[in-house]
Amino acid sequence: MSQFYAVLAAILCGMALIGLFQTEDLLRRILALNVLASAVFLLLVTVARSAEGIDPVPHVMVLTGIVVAVSTTAAALALVIRANEARRRREEEP
Amino acid sequence: MRLLAWGFDLLLAAGLLWLAWQALFTPRRFSAVVNFMAFYLLMALVWVRLDAPDIALAEAAIGAGVTGALLLTALGRLPAGTSTGADPRRWQRPLQILAMAGAAMAALWLAWAAYQLPRPGLAAEVTAALDATGVSHGVTAVLLNLRAFDTFLEIVIMLAAVVLVWSLGPPLRAFAPATALPGLPALSHLLHPLFLLVPAYLLWRGTHAPGGAFPAGAVMGAGGVLLLLTDAAPWIYLRRHRLLLHLLLSSGMALFLAVALGGMLMTGTFFAIPLHLAPTLIMAVEVATGLSIALMLMAFYLLGEPGQ
Repeated sequence: MSQFYAVLAAILCGMALIGLFQTEDLLRRILALNVLASAVFLLLVTVARSAEGIDPVPHVMVLTGIVVAVSTTAAALALVIRANEARRRREEEP
Repeated sequence: MRLLAWGFDLLLAAGLLWLAWQALFTPRRFSAVVNFMAFYLLMALVWVRLDAPDIALAEAAIGAGVTGALLLTALGRLPAGTSTGADPRRWQRPLQILAMAGAAMAALWLAWAAYQLPRPGLAAEVTAALDATGVSHGVTAVLLNLRAFDTFLEIVIMLAAVVLVWSLGPPLRAFAPATALPGLPALSHLLHPLFLLVPAYLLWRGTHAPGGAFPAGAVMGAGGVLLLLTDAAPWIYLRRHRLLLHLLLSSGMALFLAVALGGMLMTGTFFAIPLHLAPTLIMAVEVATGLSIALMLMAFYLLGEPGQ
């Protein structure tokens, strides 16, 4: 079962990378980065299931990773919103 | 029973792939964001399937809750339909295609490597060291004692992100709903006790079972975002509360650092917690980091520094 999810993680990784490169929309790029992060987390958690039981170290890495991912997303979204407002103000000025 | 589990896994995988495809490649932004939130909810189910309930709790609250709210806010503030990205030059096209082909090849290679991955693991080592940490749940032991430095750095990263977001200017107030929603304030009032009760329970549970600071902070942060959405927290915008906010935001990091330095004074090693103090100290650090994480998730949502 672990291998099944590992392959799923790899496919999601590829999809997210392709989505990241082909889009021109900044919001879509942030979505793609989040999907990529989820795929990497999935790979880490499947690695945690070893023969001698569940390894808590990758779980901890994923827990901290989720919080870092939401911080990155928030910072990127704030930058996108501010850039957009600045562009709108520039266009409104003659 | 085996067949049922396999069927469930296959359904879950198909759903994830479909939702990720929709989130990445649909032309409409709104449906992309909604599909993405559903993707996180299915992801939480996958974590349960893979015996990672801690991650499932945090993912459900942070991924589907807070990230979803942030994305929807951004969606409301960006002009509909138009692209806000840089438009690619003509000479960039071949590079783009090259990058996409490279990504596809990397995915194939990753799938092959993941299929035959060795699994060494540190499960035995962590179980052996569990008695010396003062808590009985493996994930909490690694998070707040064995690899506490990583967790400390993660809190610092989050604080840095808050500083970045707040340095961009005054906060952007949430738009009032387009249609009158009389049930919304009442609903948020009814939900407040739950948003305090659930994190308290998760914090208490963290020492011996799945739970702890991260899921607790995430649930509380989601409640805080609801407060901001219904405009029920006007105190956060006041100028005289600015210093208090700064103190509260950094309290988790400050307590963590104090514990680390205290450990250095007592045992001579940075981040070494003496065993007889460990349960109390870990609980204190957990409460402080949980509150800090909740407040930082709220702080992201303001999109600027209040009190300016």
